[in-house]
Amino acid sequence: MVSSVGIIASVASLSRSDVEHVAHLARLGLTAAEIDRLEGQLNHILEQYEKLAELDTSDIPPTAQTIELENILRDDVPAPSLPVDAVLANAPEHDGGLFVVPAILGGATGPEGS
Amino acid sequence: MTDLTRLTALDMGMLLRTAETSARELALAHLAEIERTDRGIHAWLTAEPLPALAQADAADERLARARRDGPKALGALHPLLGVPVALKDLVSVNGGQCTAGSRILEGYIAPYDAHITERIRDVGAVVLGKTNMDEFAMGSSTEHSAFGPTANPWDLSTVPGGSSGGSAAAVAAYHAPLGLGTDTGGSIRQPAALCGIVGLKTTYGRVSRYGIVAFASSLDQIGPFGRDVADAAALLHVVAGRDERDSTSAPVPVPDELLVLPRDDDAAAGLRGKRLGLPREYFVRGIDPDLERRIHEAVAVLESAGATVEEVSLPHTDYGLATYYIVAPAEASANLARYDGIRYGQAVRGGDVLANYLATRGGGFGAEVKRRIMLGTYALSAGYYDAFYVKALKVRTLIKRDFDTLFAAGFDALVAPTSPSVAFPIGARLEDPVQMYLSDACTLPVNIAGLPGLSIPCGLSGGLPVGLQLIGPAWSELELLRLARGYEALTADASWRRLEPTQLALAGNAPPPVLPA
Repeated sequence: MVSSVGIIASVASLSRSDVEHVAHLARLGLTAAEIDRLEGQLNHILEQYEKLAELDTSDIPPTAQTIELENILRDDVPAPSLPVDAVLANAPEHDGGLFVVPAILGGATGPEGS
Repeated sequence: MTDLTRLTALDMGMLLRTAETSARELALAHLAEIERTDRGIHAWLTAEPLPALAQADAADERLARARRDGPKALGALHPLLGVPVALKDLVSVNGGQCTAGSRILEGYIAPYDAHITERIRDVGAVVLGKTNMDEFAMGSSTEHSAFGPTANPWDLSTVPGGSSGGSAAAVAAYHAPLGLGTDTGGSIRQPAALCGIVGLKTTYGRVSRYGIVAFASSLDQIGPFGRDVADAAALLHVVAGRDERDSTSAPVPVPDELLVLPRDDDAAAGLRGKRLGLPREYFVRGIDPDLERRIHEAVAVLESAGATVEEVSLPHTDYGLATYYIVAPAEASANLARYDGIRYGQAVRGGDVLANYLATRGGGFGAEVKRRIMLGTYALSAGYYDAFYVKALKVRTLIKRDFDTLFAAGFDALVAPTSPSVAFPIGARLEDPVQMYLSDACTLPVNIAGLPGLSIPCGLSGGLPVGLQLIGPAWSELELLRLARGYEALTADASWRRLEPTQLALAGNAPPPVLPA
């Protein structure tokens, strides 16, 4: 398990640019002060992760969920969904029964733009 | 007449059947109690008289109809018909606000009922309102609520625990006889311990999570709070069971015996011959010595009734914290991706898609939620997925096997502290996330293994409640509740059982709890 020790030990240090990269992946807009704080706190938490490297898990299967339920299917019966008005009621912006999002392709401006 | 709010939920139900009180009178008495003492506690985010009284009146009509139809019709009513319940503010109630303690869901109105809300309506229990919580259930103190912290009615300068701290404080303060919470790493058991009440984290799959705001989907479970064991069991009977809208809810029968737990002598006699394990790893790291004495005293009580208690080992306990703080944030980072400012929730608009996401999520989430999203995103990101996430899932297997081995060897349950400390001062652990995370060291292995765990009051330390944790094999809720009922019966005359929370009388005139500047 030398390799596992090596992997965890070597990654358990986040630079400021790492923090910025992860924040981008998570779509979190952070202030400079938040990034400063998180850099220290995340590294402290990552140090706790290193403990796992003590264990040899090469022959251990992962457990993603604890009760062995499989192939849970229900009958495919049509049933009413929530009314469109109820679904849209919490939307910051909607139009014609649709959620409004900003254009995601260049040049377009309206909800029909993409 | 005695103060209605001091009765057990089941006794309230009895008085309703015999028409000695009404559901409206019960609801009004509890709403008055909230009005009287919640200022200094802040257990509630919303407690609205009108919807509560409408439900109470409907319950009174059902009672009146059943009374006209005869004893058989009365007997068919659920014992909790007309009894008030506090819901953690991540349970959807159609037409009501559901914030999960987060700014990003402020003003969000749930367009449907959660499964457990439907079940509560079916039996006719009365939802009094929604209680405070750590934002998205991430925390052990309720200090991470976007709407201000909750105080512990035993000492208003301390936390009630969390994340279901509002429900626990509300039940302890007689605002409601029953509460519902969720437990992802200890969020029912730890606040139950710190507030001196009973709390049960159910087996993964026992209660449908349809309509519950998700935190970490392989760990989250719903469970009841009560001031005694029988009340908590009765509420479990209401909410448990298969629901096809949650594919992880299991087709396991819900025993009706939950409604008729053994009475005093029978309950104590039920402990005879039970084989209990005392996991030594739960008594080492940072445990308060006086609290530890209370646990050993409780163990001696169990032994005096004929249970055998043996020291056992759960050798991977020390790996629980790291495992949990990889798996839970990883799942949270995926679950919370839905807060995109497009379909619901607070939103910052006006920029391009990316700018809107960054501003909406950066402004809408609090510090702890951002920390967990960051941890989870990192643990799942390219290059680290195997080193962190898959590694943690493998250690999860080892932690689960520790428990499986003991239960296969014939142990009926394990006995441990619920929390390594009593209620701590508001603000004390806010600056050090790792210290806060250690609050759940004794509870989170149970979530990792998907097992049921119960916390029951077992005395005071420094004037603050101590919780005894009972952990059982999957689907053993009834057995755990019977064991707890036995302990409760054996300690029925203990002086600490008769105390009301010591600062409850001050709460009405105290200022609302705040975080230190």
